[in-house]
Amino acid sequence: MEFILDPLLVVVLVLNLFVLGNSRLRAVVHLAALQGALLGVISLLVRQHVELEAVLAAAAVIMLKGIVIPRMLLRALREAEIKREVEPLIGLLPSMILGALATGLAIIFADQLPLVDGHATVLLVPASLATVLAGFILLVTRFKAISQVIGYLILENGIFIFGMLLVDAMPLIVELGVLLDLFVGIFVICIIVNHINRAFSSLDTRRLTELKE
Amino acid sequence: MLFALIGIPLLLGAAALAVPSNRWRPCLLPLAGGAHLALLATGLCRPEILAGNKWLSLDPLGKPVLLLVSILFFFCAIYSVGYLRQRGERGNRIFCACLLGFLGMMNLVALAQHLGLMWIAVEATALVSAPLIYFNRTPRSLEATWKYLLIGSVGIALALLGTFFLAYAFIQEGTETSLLFHDLLRLAPVSSKPWLHAAFALLLVGYGTKMGLAPMHTWKPDAYGEAPGMVGALLAGGLTNCAFLALLRIYHICVVAGEGAHVSKLLVTMGLLSMAVAGVFMVGQRDFKRMLAYSSVEHMGILILGIGVGGSAVFASLLHMFNNGLTKGVLFLSAGNIHRAYGSKNLDQVHGAMRRLPLSAGLFLAGFFAITGSPPFGPFISEFSILNAAFGAGSFWTGGLFLLFLLVIFIGMGATVLAVVQGSAPGAIRHTPYRDSLLTCAPPLVLLALVLLLGLHIPAPLRNLLADAVSFLETTQ
Repeated sequence: MEFILDPLLVVVLVLNLFVLGNSRLRAVVHLAALQGALLGVISLLVRQHVELEAVLAAAAVIMLKGIVIPRMLLRALREAEIKREVEPLIGLLPSMILGALATGLAIIFADQLPLVDGHATVLLVPASLATVLAGFILLVTRFKAISQVIGYLILENGIFIFGMLLVDAMPLIVELGVLLDLFVGIFVICIIVNHINRAFSSLDTRRLTELKE
Repeated sequence: MLFALIGIPLLLGAAALAVPSNRWRPCLLPLAGGAHLALLATGLCRPEILAGNKWLSLDPLGKPVLLLVSILFFFCAIYSVGYLRQRGERGNRIFCACLLGFLGMMNLVALAQHLGLMWIAVEATALVSAPLIYFNRTPRSLEATWKYLLIGSVGIALALLGTFFLAYAFIQEGTETSLLFHDLLRLAPVSSKPWLHAAFALLLVGYGTKMGLAPMHTWKPDAYGEAPGMVGALLAGGLTNCAFLALLRIYHICVVAGEGAHVSKLLVTMGLLSMAVAGVFMVGQRDFKRMLAYSSVEHMGILILGIGVGGSAVFASLLHMFNNGLTKGVLFLSAGNIHRAYGSKNLDQVHGAMRRLPLSAGLFLAGFFAITGSPPFGPFISEFSILNAAFGAGSFWTGGLFLLFLLVIFIGMGATVLAVVQGSAPGAIRHTPYRDSLLTCAPPLVLLALVLLLGLHIPAPLRNLLADAVSFLETTQ
């Protein structure tokens, strides 16, 4: 399956850059959803033998990352009635360039790490690290609460890619537990986002400055 | 019966959601705490009752943490009944359910014997504790909850990446891998060292965020400052120690893998940094609950410093976990009472607490002396042992800096605490409805008595428990 795996991972990497460079919040959520659904497909392709439980796990990933979580985010956006543009600390183009640099760094860094034979040829490790870094860039450079949640989601996607190297070591129950935690986490965060919107009439986290030294 | 430790709180938590009466619902909390403590105490005396399986079991490291969590929760639960009675205007359905869920998840952390399961449990503790911080429903508590969730989630996500890295260090050899701690310890000597190093760094940052080590501590003053007193106590004495347990398990694997020296250096550095940062922010602190949060940052630093120093400091560090947890209970609960009486936690409004609330203010003052390491309280013994071990091992810089930071913190914290208790209370404050009562004062009083007991004489069962944990950490095959 490797001939299709690498191209798909490249798509994941490109999606990172699109997420970093897009100015419409709704579009960013859709891109993150696409990436999440793609990860579900990839998680099926990396397995040697596809069993029923693997299919179930992949379906759960596609459901949660591709449909349920993005819907929650879109609902929070609709209720917030805010300007739908992302408001970045640094411009969109610079953050895209930063993302590209991070991708390059991830590829160089992954080259240094000692990999198990079968894994050396696949892009999994660099794709994972690059996606984690892209998530970080989003988290640090965006002011809107929703953008930061998307950053967290992308960060989790990156970690999920790394988890695919461990399909044989991770029992299914643990994988599902991780997914459940992610889902509940985003759910709670969305509730808090709604409350922030009601209390401050804005989703701009720059207004959350009362607590400081 | 082991599952009952997790099951009792979760079942009663579900019951709390179903109970319609706002007034009687909090009574479930001490019920759960009491049942949990009784079961755990019986299980510690007769281990066969709490026999586990390979995924969940009560091992020597988990025992002391679980015992501390159980004791602290029981007293916080009694306090909660009194506290929630005074806050009758506010619904407590979610609050009670989350508090019980929090106990259940902390149990899961302590019992988990699988690397992935432990991560799930730590993340779950963060999620169920978020509504606890948001109890007051003010914009400030909202801000605190947001920071807690976001910083905590990112930290814990890094811990997940670290968990995966650690797992990857073990599939190098092409052997059948399981992520049970038992197997990880067995295979640690043949694991891949570069991956292990990277994993430890990520896990230290990740679980360190949950512990509140500097520089990942920024959520702590906000969360502890805005949460009700007993939530602060449970976060500072329970949750942080669960994260500490997670780090201890990782540390153990690294030591068995032969990376002890490298890892210890990191722990000492982080420990000293946390103490230094806490000291800087504690001097001149105007908010006495935020001050307690920085004190928690300091003591988390002391815990990992003790582990990093090694030798007899490991025992002292585990003892300090108990001392700090119980003393934090005294401080947060009495600070909560003062906060209730004054309706403020800023030094501009709060002074003369000794006249307004002699009992709570007295407990707050005694708690301050205990936490800063004054004899005859427990923390003095453990801090002195760590210092002793540092000098004994020839780390004069470490020992010297440790002593210096303790001194700075004593002075900084003392100024704030004395400003709270001394002076005369403003006139309007004398007529606020809060009065010290049995339910809100007895729990911190008993906790203080325990801290005093630990300073005078460490009971033999506890000593054995801690010695078992230390010898477990020192087995290296």
